[in-house]
Amino acid sequence: MTYLPSKRIMSSIAALAACTILSTGTPVLADKADNTLNVAFAAEPEPLDTYKIAGRQGLILARHIYDGLLYKDLDTNEIVPALAESWEFTGPLTMEFNLRKGVKFHNGADFTADDVVTTLNTVITPEYGTRYSISVDWIESVEKLDDYKVSINMSKPFAGAVEMLADALPMYPHEFFEENGSSGMASTPIGTGPYKLVSQEPGIRYELERFDDHYEGSPKAGATIDKIVVRTIPEMNTQYAELMSGDLDWIWRIPPDQADRLEGRVQIVSAPIMRIGYVGFAPESLGGDSPIADKRVRQALIHATNRQAIVDAFAGGASKVLNTPCNPAQFGCDQDVVSYDYNPEKARELLAEAGYEDGFELEMVFAAMPRSTAEAIAADLANVGVSLILNEQQYSAGIGQWRAKELPAFFSNWGSYGIGDAVFILSNFFGGGADDLVQDKQVADWLAVADTSSDRDVRAENYSLAVKKIADEAYWMPMYNFNVNYGMSNDLDFTPHPDEFARWWMASWK
Amino acid sequence: MLAFIAKRLVVAFCVCVTVSAISFALMFLSGDPAIAIAGAGGRAQDAEAIRIAYGFDRPLIVQYLDWVGSALTGDLGQSIYFNIPVSEIIGNRISVTMWLGVLSFLLALVVAVPLGIAAALRPNGWIDRIALVLAVTGQAIPSFWLGLMAIVVFGVWYGWVPISGAKTWQGFILPVIVLSYYAMPAMMRITRSGMIDVLATDYVRAARAKGLPMRVVIFRHALRNAVLPLVSLAAVQLGLLLSGSIVIESVFALNGLGRLAWESLLRSDLPVVQAIILILSLLYVALTTFADILNAVLDPRLRGAN
Repeated sequence: MTYLPSKRIMSSIAALAACTILSTGTPVLADKADNTLNVAFAAEPEPLDTYKIAGRQGLILARHIYDGLLYKDLDTNEIVPALAESWEFTGPLTMEFNLRKGVKFHNGADFTADDVVTTLNTVITPEYGTRYSISVDWIESVEKLDDYKVSINMSKPFAGAVEMLADALPMYPHEFFEENGSSGMASTPIGTGPYKLVSQEPGIRYELERFDDHYEGSPKAGATIDKIVVRTIPEMNTQYAELMSGDLDWIWRIPPDQADRLEGRVQIVSAPIMRIGYVGFAPESLGGDSPIADKRVRQALIHATNRQAIVDAFAGGASKVLNTPCNPAQFGCDQDVVSYDYNPEKARELLAEAGYEDGFELEMVFAAMPRSTAEAIAADLANVGVSLILNEQQYSAGIGQWRAKELPAFFSNWGSYGIGDAVFILSNFFGGGADDLVQDKQVADWLAVADTSSDRDVRAENYSLAVKKIADEAYWMPMYNFNVNYGMSNDLDFTPHPDEFARWWMASWK
Repeated sequence: MLAFIAKRLVVAFCVCVTVSAISFALMFLSGDPAIAIAGAGGRAQDAEAIRIAYGFDRPLIVQYLDWVGSALTGDLGQSIYFNIPVSEIIGNRISVTMWLGVLSFLLALVVAVPLGIAAALRPNGWIDRIALVLAVTGQAIPSFWLGLMAIVVFGVWYGWVPISGAKTWQGFILPVIVLSYYAMPAMMRITRSGMIDVLATDYVRAARAKGLPMRVVIFRHALRNAVLPLVSLAAVQLGLLLSGSIVIESVFALNGLGRLAWESLLRSDLPVVQAIILILSLLYVALTTFADILNAVLDPRLRGAN
């Protein structure tokens, strides 16, 4: 491990290498003939038990293999039937599902109520260790009413319940799952999905084949590509080389500068996603005794930061400056809020008013954000006399310090699990929990109502109140929504979605 | 000789214990593993559940001794990330790293020794000059850049070899060449300087004066002495190649031990990191011990010194 050059040197030389790679030849027509989609991720997918996966890579594979009871059509934003044909709330905390008949698992087993009951009742137990408690902690129990009818009893009102059932909680074949558990699902994933796994070297290589008995009427029906081969290629430059030589058809998360260079040689598509960047301010930090506890200081910091310039320079593509602590694409994220334009003069005035005309020092940790953006913020703030002490950390270290109330400011991002509902972001940071260093009781109360009500209007109204107050008080400096650059073979017809779940079953050749 | 080996083994054991204890402590200094495992979307309660599930809430020393206890019985534990036994994961990945490391090492040695000897025979001659240029560029060019260039030329332009992956043996051609080019210069230079020193000694002059053929003088008398520092260096180099090929493994998408260590560090998969560190430190110790013994065999004077 002595053999790792510094990140900065590495990236500049890598850029040089990229130039060379990008200036070579034209791509060869690829895998259209054998109808195989070759894709690569830079990070290793996790074992394919959905309930234990945190990373997008593994989840994407899993969604090709497994199905949920419901599905969200992102074009219409409607929840549509999947393994459940219909569903209804039969009480404030009870949902009933009529299951679809004639659905087959990849191993030939029939899908019935037993599969739903066994799967969900297993993954809600604490011993199972489901990765994100938020995904299942609202389920009290699941009951079989008959072979094709189940009811889910909720332990608490949770507005995200239906969203969660829409493909995030897959159904496993009960006999196999009972016998083999989580590790069995990981080594032999068996679902009802449009693709079945035919071989895997965990973390390295996966081969999926179209499942021709995928049930009729599925929202994931109509796959045309026969085979999908997924590989892990950690070095992006190597991915470009493979893409240009025709050995790959699909890659993603290409940095903006490199996407510009690849443009024209391969297909580049930039698409906005749920993830947003933010600078969280912590009035509660350092015993409440920091300049950040003063509302005028927080407002000044936002006025002093030229966020538009930062977006233009470093995010590019489909990214936009945000005024809300949630993604405008999310339900409940009212955009009618106070905005703070770039105005250093105003910032200086506000600082003077707060008694900081000579400026002050402020520590900001940044994690999982490009250094360049953090440095740009620091440069802008230096202009108004605030000297930002930057400290880059891994997310785990940074958020740990945040929760310990040691940081007045934390610059990072949040993906909302890719789900278009503000319930997956606001309460985590403003709902009164461990990540909430604002501890605004009023905001937390509004969020509690919005998170649990089953009335959409009530939810929207309360989220709106919360979002407005967060903007008024300048608790956060929302930065921008992220975008993802996809690099694809010129032959490939693929539509990206804002939830960052690649749907290769919808892909086809041109 | 036996006492010498026994002493070495005790030192080796101490090194392994120290390395594993320090690395264990460092993992916790670099951030809360529970939060890292919970991932970027993990909430505080997720991290808390993980902390309890994996026993991170226990005192550090208890966790360490617990790990040592099972490691001594050969149980390296379960990977937190992959949820399968660590030994299985390492078993899957170690062969790639071993092939890459050993082949690169052999290639480097095969080039370095003859080139070093040839350069030493005529210092500042044209062979020496070429060797110097090769050595300097080999040291100066970052290997991942060289790797990418090799990919562009031989993978993309000519299409002679696969661009990445270890599916076929051809996939190893470029990474082995690139990695060996990184290891070669030091070995070549040390062979050269060793030979120059030895060639200037009295006994070599005597051997020449006796009228022995040049071949015999060089290979039987001079090289045997010149090679001693090379043996020590080569052991370290082999250790480096086996443990430090992260960059090459990344560029060529070879999923070996180096990359596994790096990725596991980032995702705080402690059992895997600890196991790899243990294996690599054992390997290092074994290699240096072997080099010491080999030197003692080659040079009787060293046996007494120890």
